[in-house]
Amino acid sequence: MADEIRVAIASDKDVVQARQTGRELAARAGFSSGDQTVIAAAISEIARNVLMYARQGEILISVVMNGDHSGVMIVARDQGPGIPDIERALRDGYSTSGGLGLGLPGAKRLMDDFEIVSAVQQGTTVTMRKWRRSHG
Amino acid sequence: MEVPILKQGLYLIASIQSALTDADLLQLREALIERVGRFRSRGVIVDVTALDVMDSFAVRTLRDIAHMARLRGAETVIVGIQPDVAFAMVQLGLSLKGVATALDLEEGLAFLDRGGAPKRVRG
Repeated sequence: MADEIRVAIASDKDVVQARQTGRELAARAGFSSGDQTVIAAAISEIARNVLMYARQGEILISVVMNGDHSGVMIVARDQGPGIPDIERALRDGYSTSGGLGLGLPGAKRLMDDFEIVSAVQQGTTVTMRKWRRSHG
Repeated sequence: MEVPILKQGLYLIASIQSALTDADLLQLREALIERVGRFRSRGVIVDVTALDVMDSFAVRTLRDIAHMARLRGAETVIVGIQPDVAFAMVQLGLSLKGVATALDLEEGLAFLDRGGAPKRVRG
């Protein structure tokens, strides 16, 4: 399970590439098509955030294990301006880029785990995971 | 990838064929709004059956299309939102409030033929 896929984000085409890559990996990890869509949507939001605020960065997607549970981990990394107030950025409707302000809070709702590490003028790393539901 | 736009009588039908970038979505918006004037269209259908994901940008652009077309005198209906896509949209907190939606192309055409009025079912 060592496969980690990296997608460089520098244009809107890369956002599409990142979410398609994420969907494929989620399918291979055995996620339902509903969960694949949820994962793809979350990747789309954070990849667009990278593009909007930092102009470029990368998305790393990998399959992870936690005991018997498998899941996918998505890391979005950029060296952009950073987020001065993370709590505020995670609030619905808050945006400094003229967007809908749904990117980060939306992605957080879609995933099981969601962490942001950010330093002003240094960059932002968003790590999120979704675990497969076991069937009974 | 450019979205083909079909003129059918008083309506325009945009059938999205594959995943769209943000630039593609904006291009679709411009093309539809321009054509509403050029063909004096009264209705616009955007068929999103082929979209396997809709994020906040896609939803916002579809909403903008509907509102801009209405300002130009045409009613818009979004058709073909897939079950998984609807699920993810709701989770994301995205809504198409104020925008007509229909199950598929056939229902979308029926909606426009009724003059864009929502179907009322009384029980």
